[in-house]
Amino acid sequence: MIAALRVPAKPGPLPLPLLLWLTAGLAMIAAPHALRLPAWVNGSVAVVLFWRVYLGWRQAELPRRWLLLTLALGQLIAVYFTFRTIFGRDAGVTLLVLLLALKLMETRAHRDVFVVIFLGYFVALTNFFYSQGIPTGLYTMATVVVITAALVGFNARARPMMDNLGTAGAMLIQAAPVMLLLFLLFPRVQGPLWGMPQDAFGGTTGLSDTMSPGSISQLSLSDAIAFRAKFHGLRPSNNQLYWRGPVLTSFDGRTWHAAEPRLRYEVQFQAQGRPIEYEITLEPHNRHWLYALDMPAGRPSAARITPEYQVLSLSPVRTRMRYEMISYPSYVVDSGATRDELREDLAIPAGFNPRAQRLAREWRRAAADDAEVVRLALQYFRSNGFLYSLEPPLLGRDSVDEFLFDTREGFCEHYSSSFVFLMRAAGVPARVVTGFQGGAINPVDEYLAVRDSDAHAWAEVWLGASRGWVRVDPTAAVAPARVERGIAAAVPQGSPLPLMIRENLAWLRSLRNSWEALANQWNQWVLGYNPDRQREMLSWLGMEHPSWQSMAMLLFWSIAGVILATGLWLVFRMRRESAVQRAWLRFCAKLGRAGIMRAAHEGPVDYAARASARLPTRAESIRAIAQLYVDLRYGPRADVERLLELRSLVRGFRA
Amino acid sequence: MLDRVLQYSQLYNFYSWVFKRHAPERGVVFLGQRRVYVLPTRHGLTFSLAVLLMLLGSINYVLSLGFVLTFLLAGLGLVSILHTFRNLAHLYVGPGRVDDVFAGEVAGFGLTLESRADFERFALDLTAGGPAITCDVPARRTVYVSVPVRAAKRGWLQLPRVTIETRYPLGLTRAWAYVQPDMRALVYPAPDNAPLPPSAAVPDTGETLTLGAGMDDFAGLRPYQASDSPRHIAWKAVARGGPVLTKTFSGRASSQLWFDWAALPDAMGLEARLSRLTRWVLLAHQEGARFGLRLPGVEIGPAQGEAHKVSCLRELALFEPR
Repeated sequence: MIAALRVPAKPGPLPLPLLLWLTAGLAMIAAPHALRLPAWVNGSVAVVLFWRVYLGWRQAELPRRWLLLTLALGQLIAVYFTFRTIFGRDAGVTLLVLLLALKLMETRAHRDVFVVIFLGYFVALTNFFYSQGIPTGLYTMATVVVITAALVGFNARARPMMDNLGTAGAMLIQAAPVMLLLFLLFPRVQGPLWGMPQDAFGGTTGLSDTMSPGSISQLSLSDAIAFRAKFHGLRPSNNQLYWRGPVLTSFDGRTWHAAEPRLRYEVQFQAQGRPIEYEITLEPHNRHWLYALDMPAGRPSAARITPEYQVLSLSPVRTRMRYEMISYPSYVVDSGATRDELREDLAIPAGFNPRAQRLAREWRRAAADDAEVVRLALQYFRSNGFLYSLEPPLLGRDSVDEFLFDTREGFCEHYSSSFVFLMRAAGVPARVVTGFQGGAINPVDEYLAVRDSDAHAWAEVWLGASRGWVRVDPTAAVAPARVERGIAAAVPQGSPLPLMIRENLAWLRSLRNSWEALANQWNQWVLGYNPDRQREMLSWLGMEHPSWQSMAMLLFWSIAGVILATGLWLVFRMRRESAVQRAWLRFCAKLGRAGIMRAAHEGPVDYAARASARLPTRAESIRAIAQLYVDLRYGPRADVERLLELRSLVRGFRA
Repeated sequence: MLDRVLQYSQLYNFYSWVFKRHAPERGVVFLGQRRVYVLPTRHGLTFSLAVLLMLLGSINYVLSLGFVLTFLLAGLGLVSILHTFRNLAHLYVGPGRVDDVFAGEVAGFGLTLESRADFERFALDLTAGGPAITCDVPARRTVYVSVPVRAAKRGWLQLPRVTIETRYPLGLTRAWAYVQPDMRALVYPAPDNAPLPPSAAVPDTGETLTLGAGMDDFAGLRPYQASDSPRHIAWKAVARGGPVLTKTFSGRASSQLWFDWAALPDAMGLEARLSRLTRWVLLAHQEGARFGLRLPGVEIGPAQGEAHKVSCLRELALFEPR
């Protein structure tokens, strides 16, 4: 017998190891936020945590409630002055982190420790506002294990913390099947349920609906993925990959703006050749537009197509979105736009770029038709020593003139902008199309990744009702490699390109390919699991039109099954001892049939000695069984392998 | 028949424990599944509320990993029910030692808690209405605990219903079971603080030589007992580093005391008389004196020693006036 540990049931102050553990867990949870929070917040959280540990170490009184309330109020005011609000995502997260630290100062009663830990879970969740990648997910799970271990430690005061960590880990692993079922089957509703704070989607980069010199070359420095595409059939060649984005029609002399979206007609065009079928996984960019190859036929549900052939989603894309598209790379737009409707595509601001206007008028006089004007313009770009560069010289007021006649060095926005200006000045309706060009296939998963650095701008000209809008890429006239092999091949060596898209560094790229393929799977299956995916999965399970009742039943029964199985497994461990007992009794019965009955007072070792004396030929296995039984029954640990060994020895035993 | 069916129902079982005053159980009690009840604690409800809030946040902000975390915590809550249940279920509770006490003291009811499972059980709280005792039961071990019960009045003190409960591992759920092993403690009357009566000594006839313990002639040494007077301890032997021994004497008993119920003042009530007699028995025993006890209908002849003291105290504890 072991004398019981007599601990008073009413807990005193938190033991120091537990306090340290809890503080460390909370610090781990708040750490990712520290990169984003204002310095004074980080400082005050650190001070409060150290203060708490110091008080715990000295076993001193915790500060009085009025002091903490004053502190909390002061922090609230400071948050207001930092963010100019106390609502919103960032201010809310800041308040939560501050509250978490202050609440730790107040852990007097049982209840407070629970509140701190539950608050900790909540702050762990807020990390996902900023990142939902694999590293964040893994890190957050680790922090959850740590504070769950603190909770276990709080409920079993006398245990070493490492044991609690094991328990917490085991419990979370046992909770994983339930999590998986809930994740897959819990009826998903597309958020948001209520209004989101204004700043909820801050910080996303990408194309914008305006273009001025330098805006796209700025974007080219970013390595972020804009979207991924997977082709269902043949992959089109690189120079067919024009991903259509905002179409810019109005020009104020410096900046191009998108037209007000008009919604008059469904787009009609004559498709030629074979369609390209593909699926796009679009990263959230907080804008309406969806990218598609020229020329999109059909549109995803909850989207529409503008007269400029741009696909727009009905609501801003705020979560990663997946849609199927069909496009025809060869097409003739034959729906009639009247000259009247094209007036906007001819407008140029008065008083800008006189030299360019003069040049355009010359071409107009020389050319027989609009197509000839286009040819002359491209000829001009090709033959006048234009350079394709990521770092063009800055331009002044008459940006087109300076670019065309003086600097002659520019990026795609310079070429498309000046080309469209020239066309309009020559009386050819034209517009700027922005979007992406090209993309890189990830050989690991065959997804085409299109990055911000693939952003591009080209032009479209109206060549009469018979030919409609025709794409012209003046950049291709200067740097054909840009549309054939991508930006890295087109710019001069030594340009400040993102590290990864440079053409050397093959090993680094292959490493990145693998990582991005993994991240893509994560996006597709974990982060992209939305109401649509859930419907797909349920129909795959045979539930074509699931009602919420049937989903609730499915969820209930599957979770009940999993819990039952877990419970039985736990109970089986409870009864493993009696399995040892059963095997031993079976062995005794076998010996008993051979006439060697075990006396009631006889222990296993004595009985084995007596039996082996009577059955000298079996002595060895009798002793082995008895020894195994004694080890299993009275030894420190009963493990399954040895139990199985005992069973098989008993089964094979013949008296 | 209905009763046979009902006894398999946990609710019925619970009902009978709470309202019907189960009869005390003999022998070792096995806490089977049906005897262990599980309900969420207040913190468990708070936890559910927190998980619900996290779910709403995940839906509103479309956080897929938020769903993962929320559902993982929901699963953790469910799994913790199993763990809490397992922490208590299939425990064997057996009766242990009970020491006699005086009224007004706390009686310790020894219980053995045996776990035949191969995992350790943590933080089991036992209470029988009084303060709780917390203990851990290692895998395949037996642990001895003493459950305190306040002994209010003399006589037999039956161990009341003991609640064994646990909130391990997360404190979100509470599993508990009721047991009432058939155990009782003997509660002696509380002694008052009167001195020994000076005139209680009955003159010795001087005719009989009393063998055994007396005060006159040194007769030898025996191991120290807790009730021995410090004056009789062989301090020289102790000072030499030897065991604590008590000097015994034989010879004529100098005095022989009779504690008589009837000799007490009439003004004293029943319990006051018993308290006074208890006090005298204790003092006389401490002095090593020979004494006898006379209660209405009971007489214990003069003797001395531990066994004599206990039998006197027992009579005092169980005395029922006609």
